[in-house]
Amino acid sequence: MRAAAGSVSTGETRIVVSVASRKNLFILGGGLVILVALAFFPVFGSLAWTRRLVDFFLFLALAQFWNLLLGYGGIISVGQQGYIGMGCYALWFFADVLHVPLFLAVILAGLSGAIIAVPSAALVFKLRGGYLAIGTMVLAEMYRMIVSNIEATGGGSGVTIQAATEFGNESRVSGTYWWALAAAVIAIAAVYYTMRSRTGLALKAVRDDDLAAESSGVNLWRTRMYTFVIAGAGCALVGGILAISLLRIQPASVFAINWSAYMVFISVIGGLGTIEGPIIGAVIFFVLRETTSGYGGWYFIALGVVAVIVPVWNLGGIYGFVAKRTKFFVFPLRRKVKILGDGPGQAEPATQEEVSA
Amino acid sequence: MEWVNSAVQGILLGGLYALFATGLAIVFGIMRLTNLAHGDFTILPAYLALVLVGAIGLNPFYSIPISMAIMFMVGYLLQRSLLNRLVGSKIAIGVIVTFGLSMVIQNGLLLGYGPNSQGLDAGKIENMSIRISENLSIGWLPLIIFLTAVVVISGLQLFLVHTRMGGAFRAVSDDHQAARLMGINTKHIYAVAMGVALGIIVIGGTMMGIRTTFDPLLGNQRLIFAFEAVIIGGMGSGWGTLIGGVILGLAQTVGAQILGPAWSIFAGHAIFVIILAVRPQGLLARTVLAKGVAS
Repeated sequence: MRAAAGSVSTGETRIVVSVASRKNLFILGGGLVILVALAFFPVFGSLAWTRRLVDFFLFLALAQFWNLLLGYGGIISVGQQGYIGMGCYALWFFADVLHVPLFLAVILAGLSGAIIAVPSAALVFKLRGGYLAIGTMVLAEMYRMIVSNIEATGGGSGVTIQAATEFGNESRVSGTYWWALAAAVIAIAAVYYTMRSRTGLALKAVRDDDLAAESSGVNLWRTRMYTFVIAGAGCALVGGILAISLLRIQPASVFAINWSAYMVFISVIGGLGTIEGPIIGAVIFFVLRETTSGYGGWYFIALGVVAVIVPVWNLGGIYGFVAKRTKFFVFPLRRKVKILGDGPGQAEPATQEEVSA
Repeated sequence: MEWVNSAVQGILLGGLYALFATGLAIVFGIMRLTNLAHGDFTILPAYLALVLVGAIGLNPFYSIPISMAIMFMVGYLLQRSLLNRLVGSKIAIGVIVTFGLSMVIQNGLLLGYGPNSQGLDAGKIENMSIRISENLSIGWLPLIIFLTAVVVISGLQLFLVHTRMGGAFRAVSDDHQAARLMGINTKHIYAVAMGVALGIIVIGGTMMGIRTTFDPLLGNQRLIFAFEAVIIGGMGSGWGTLIGGVILGLAQTVGAQILGPAWSIFAGHAIFVIILAVRPQGLLARTVLAKGVAS
């Protein structure tokens, strides 16, 4: 996050291109302080709240990866629960069968997600338009059927993560907490880094107009594959952490389509195509879940109604609404062009590079 | 003989899948909308029949025309009031909105009827069958369902080719802007197309309800079956959809025979994956509603 990316002098006017403003650097500092405070939470916080925050961080990470797929990559998936579930079972496999240290196995779970994502992406990318979404759903179903039909993985009743039960309750919850916090940070960092890289520029070009991007030399297939693999790895990583947190994993719950519902809700209400959106969305979702999930069906109906209303009336989510008015991004991704000229009447800074939701 | 029996069952089951697939294909072909709530719309008519059977003691078969009228209206109004706003926007938006719709329908049904399986009783016909040999008999009900599917799909083809409204459907599917310039009210056409799609779904959904049990959460599975039939057969081809449905049905019943009943649906998915990998355009691609440049 450099304050200034460069400046060009063209005759009388000086053009400064920057990404982050001073305000951004202050926020970064504040964010780091909050992060350090959060890292110490299990030391002074209650066990119940530590558990709640684990869920919060996992939802946040999932929504960031889903948002990377759709908000930046233009890939609509309703099958990320396939990677969550496979991450859970990969963790079980590495920790309980191969006896890899539990919290190390989380990394291997994430890697498994990346490996599964490669052939999956190659397959679903053959589908046109929104049919791709149903394709991802089919694959998630196939993964679920494989683990729930095989006896070794405990079938439909699932398996208990033995390696996790050997930990004391408190140290297990703390360990899960740190991993969950790390997953959220990794997710945000991965999205930010990706979007600031060449691939990110290609992704934005693809999202805005894939035909134009492809004719400008962007390798559409490779760019989308990259996104899909990152998201697959990320969701499987979350799955691995989830498995430790749950202790017992069952195919019906870890492969549930509800995961997709949560990701859609968080991204859509917070704002697609921004890093800030899913953070706001995750907070809203978390509060909603803590207060109204007792209402069961009505709670899911409310999530569904939001998914219907927000896009139909073309609302860019909460952050989209804020950003449109303030033009301020906590995570600056766009280059801002400032023209500091003596040129005739040109003094006010202009922001360029439009973003379409 | 067991093999022949399961093959026959698979073919007959395929007719039902083709009926589900037709509705999905119409909406995708004409509106470029991927309707994730499609499967839930196949469940709704079964519950509608349940209500009609309970209220006026109707045979579920006779509930079909009433449900068709209701679902046509539902589809027309849904498109007119909500989904028409999405025409021309990004494909993903339609997916998100219909996904939300799917959640609302599923959980609405769960609240109203609970998670338990329900069934429709159509009387004696459910157990009547034609005996061909000692080990092979064909149930009247699956046969009627299959023949209905063939009639509906043929009827739809005739409608698309020989009527003014069908011509308008094809025009809008090919190029909706040009169609509008030629004086076609595209908003109305989209709404009628959604109405027709949901109307066709009623036939399949109600018959499936008579054939087997149903519950509120089956929608996603139905959506997947419909989708697989479309992709296997080839997008936009009416007869392809029928063949796609039949292949899917065959894969499921023969797969169950070879691998055991637990793998039945998986075998269907596997055939879908294989065909997608080697022939992504489907077996019979390109006819009336095919030329969708949808991405």
